[in-house]
Amino acid sequence: MKLEILGTGCPKCTKLEEVTRKAAGELGIDAEISKVKEIDKIMGYGVMITPALVVDGVVKVAGKVPSVDEIKKMISK
Amino acid sequence: MADCCSGGTKLLYSCSGSADVGKLADLVTRKLRDDGYARMTCLAGIGADISGFVVSARGADENITVDGCPQACARKSLERIGVAPLSIVLSDMGYEKGKTPVTDELVRTVAVKIMAGETVKTRPVNTGSACGCGGNC
Repeated sequence: MKLEILGTGCPKCTKLEEVTRKAAGELGIDAEISKVKEIDKIMGYGVMITPALVVDGVVKVAGKVPSVDEIKKMISK
Repeated sequence: MADCCSGGTKLLYSCSGSADVGKLADLVTRKLRDDGYARMTCLAGIGADISGFVVSARGADENITVDGCPQACARKSLERIGVAPLSIVLSDMGYEKGKTPVTDELVRTVAVKIMAGETVKTRPVNTGSACGCGGNC
């Protein structure tokens, strides 16, 4: 599974990465987690608000940091 | 450019229809963007169900649609994904479909009216999402 954290490096972006790593860890998912900071790449997803979480190419959330449990649901489907 | 952590994100959509009022909606929306009223994004991305556009609309603090005629395609496109936008319809401002030559002056005039709040903005009853949150959950 490929998880991408979209954001330019703000505190919320860092928080989203933290909770995403925690969610993947608790689920025991072997995920490739990467950060995307380049605005052009972020806009390429059509994302207008960051932070955002992309799961296997699909944007799941933008503009807020979900809870660990919410992210678990997003990445376990 | 994508907003980060700033809050108060307003996204702006135009119907950009083929009629004169659709063209006016498009140019006015671009003018509003250029003047910093809100951030313009792609209505086509909503219609195409591109996840980034859809999720951004749901995560924005405010979505504003500018439609040329009462068909209100932009507003309805947002409603289909469970988002209830503030809706501006140019025909409600007196610009009649087929009888509105689009000029630079008219674009400026309409944009100024919108920025000054001199227009009818309606928020339709949201029926698109199961929880009724307007897509913000």
